[in-house]
Amino acid sequence: MDLAILWFVIIAVLWTGYLVLEGFDFGVGMLLSILPRGDKEHREKERRVLVNTIGPVWDGNEVWLLTAGGATFAAFPEWYATMFSGFYIPLLLILVGLVARGVAFEYRGKIADRVWARRCDQAIQLGSWIPAVLWGVAFGNLVRGLLLDADHQYVGGFWALLNPFALVGGLTTAVLFLLHGSVFVALKTDGDIRERAARLASGLSVAALVVAGGWAIWAQVAYSVTWTWATVAVAALALLGVVAATRARREGTAFTLSAVTIVAAVVLIFGSMYPDVIPALDGGEALTIAEASSTDYTLTVMSWVAVVLTPLVIAYQSWTYWVFRRRLSTKDIPAPAGLSWQKIKDAAF
Amino acid sequence: MEALDLARWQFAITTVYHFIFVPLTIGLAPIVAGMQTAWVVTKNERWLRLTKFFGKLLLINFALGVVTGIWQEFQFGMAWSEYSRFVGDVFGAPLAMEALAAFFVESVFLGVWIFGWDRVSKKIHLASIWLFALATNLSAFFILAANSWMQHPVGVIYNEETGRAEMESIWAVLTNNTLLAAFPHTITAAFLTAGTFVTGIAAWWMVRLARTKKPEHVETARNVYRPAVLVGVWVMIFAGIGVIWSGDVQGKLMYEQQPGKMSSAEALCEGTESAEFSILAIGPLYAGCEDVNHVISLPGLTSYLGTGQFSGEDSYLPGVYDVQEEYTERYGDVTADGEPVVYTPPLAITYWSFRLMIGFAAFSVALALAALWLTRKGRVSDNVWLGRLGILAIPMPFVACSFGWIFTEVGRQPWVVAPNPTGIDQVRLLTERGVSTAVPPGVILTSMIVLTVIYAILAVVWYRLMHRYTIEGVPDSVRDESPEAQDPDDTDRPLSFAY
Repeated sequence: MDLAILWFVIIAVLWTGYLVLEGFDFGVGMLLSILPRGDKEHREKERRVLVNTIGPVWDGNEVWLLTAGGATFAAFPEWYATMFSGFYIPLLLILVGLVARGVAFEYRGKIADRVWARRCDQAIQLGSWIPAVLWGVAFGNLVRGLLLDADHQYVGGFWALLNPFALVGGLTTAVLFLLHGSVFVALKTDGDIRERAARLASGLSVAALVVAGGWAIWAQVAYSVTWTWATVAVAALALLGVVAATRARREGTAFTLSAVTIVAAVVLIFGSMYPDVIPALDGGEALTIAEASSTDYTLTVMSWVAVVLTPLVIAYQSWTYWVFRRRLSTKDIPAPAGLSWQKIKDAAF
Repeated sequence: MEALDLARWQFAITTVYHFIFVPLTIGLAPIVAGMQTAWVVTKNERWLRLTKFFGKLLLINFALGVVTGIWQEFQFGMAWSEYSRFVGDVFGAPLAMEALAAFFVESVFLGVWIFGWDRVSKKIHLASIWLFALATNLSAFFILAANSWMQHPVGVIYNEETGRAEMESIWAVLTNNTLLAAFPHTITAAFLTAGTFVTGIAAWWMVRLARTKKPEHVETARNVYRPAVLVGVWVMIFAGIGVIWSGDVQGKLMYEQQPGKMSSAEALCEGTESAEFSILAIGPLYAGCEDVNHVISLPGLTSYLGTGQFSGEDSYLPGVYDVQEEYTERYGDVTADGEPVVYTPPLAITYWSFRLMIGFAAFSVALALAALWLTRKGRVSDNVWLGRLGILAIPMPFVACSFGWIFTEVGRQPWVVAPNPTGIDQVRLLTERGVSTAVPPGVILTSMIVLTVIYAILAVVWYRLMHRYTIEGVPDSVRDESPEAQDPDDTDRPLSFAY
């Protein structure tokens, strides 16, 4: 097989890893004030349950993004340059979101104070919603195509990125991640919150069926190729399966199926882009896999690196999920370990 | 301002900021791993207390290193797309390798370390912090491979048809002699930073407790903080020797590879034998080296740094003018406005950043010597000046690291990829040609303001947390939380740690 095509597939795999893993991280963050119930104290405990379901793993999940970015740079410099400069503002917003939620996760428990915790929760929610929507907008635009000039420079401007198809794409990823997150919470928690998450997941899979199904059909009719209809069918079946599995309290199965939906979405996206990495729009130029790719030598080197390291990464990352496999409930959450706000405030500069 | 200036300021602000957190993580992670190893091996509780204390500071610091690092990878494509197109075939590889080989290990095993005290066996838990520490250092290797290639492009050919640099040998890129000097220099500087941090904090605490004269406090000073002071001191000593040695190697390479950087570090106008090392220069450096007065100088030292000879024919160093003449003849580039390119970096910055890098590192020397003397033969110092020096010294190596990078990067100007004198001429890129052409200046200005404001807020939070957790000191009591030490029937106990 042509190495450039292999790398197109590898990039798709890296994005799949990223969206499946950070997809439920985003979902958990987005649900932070939706799921918890009860009095103030109980809600705070439930929020800590939610944060701690992903506490040990969120950072490792985010590395899939850095790897996808780095691999695109190495294997498709033209793609990386055109896409990142073209998506400058959305990427900046995504980044601001990722910074806010990353810091909020790590610093939330460092100060034991209600107001501080609320601020961090807001940062986590904002930092989860923004990327969850904007990744969909970005990929929607890649499916639809971008206006490139003859030098492969994006010349469409920022507002053109907010077209209806891309915006529905944003809605689609947001709903899928919400669903994925609630299924994950049902799988990783115990007690009341598990029940609530499962109920929410049932409802969300129906919503996802409508929104994501509508977007996928739109993509198929307007921009895609015949064989990717299969992904639409797989995603629809998987979403129905999520409803059934949640009802049957088979949370592992439900989680696998919501992951399958995300995989199907990525296959649809990359399937429609092929053989371009950025399809043409309105008489502009397309950027093809062949034009964008690095030399055979670089791709060969990177292939060896990927072949040796990726299975290893998957192995030890899976192992950590096994280490932290225990379901969490409010009684597992220890007393806050952070310093009081008074102490932080009283420490003079 | 034009997109180019804004993109350069943005790169400078975000990179210098990112590199506040990086050296401390690189150096402190192995120190904390060493402390935990000492606990596992000796079972002496002092090492667990120190592990918990410095571990907390490490985590507060690491969080900002992580979140500011994402932008570092993204901004090449966002603001420097033409640079990315030109170098991507070579430059992208080490970045991708860093993510796959180092970042994953770093973040996955840090998660195990933070949350795993009661989840994995003592040995696996210890292995996790070591893997984390090794990965942070490995990560530095790949990033420096990418940067060293910009200083000294090797393993590459030029494709006439596409106008791009293409990789010919990954081995050459990863064994670039610039890298083999820059890596130890950066790593030892990071260890110097972390050693100063540990000694500074521990010395301040030792003095503070010793001055209370309360027996239990003096005991903690002797039993916990004094050993930590010495750990930091020995790290500083070895790291300090390494910094000087690797810096010396770098000087010689710089003389061969980027002669303009060497002469601009000295604001040396005319080529000369036995070039002096100027300690203080007065005059309008910003205007060039013409009217600059070198007030205090050490004879022959600059020649020695570059050539290994204090005097004689072999000690000849070219001046800024010589380099300008040679490069004009060889490359004769013109700017976008049609003006001839000035091949001299801004001398005020190169001259002073080089001196400030060295000068600020000197505080660590003072702290190491003072701490070593005042704790000799088992003494616990209650000398208030040692405590003050400790606190004063902590920020200094951070500043030195920043000036080191400012020197390296500004000294390379006007190039973003400096031409390799023994390499292929076409593999070179002027900074002004690297900036994104599709991004309007207003957009770059927006991102620069947004990032600067967010980073400023985070700096305040980071500082207050670091400060307050330092004042909190080592925990009074610690317990062995490992699964081996727990009652196996008690499966209902809460997590030992949670956010």
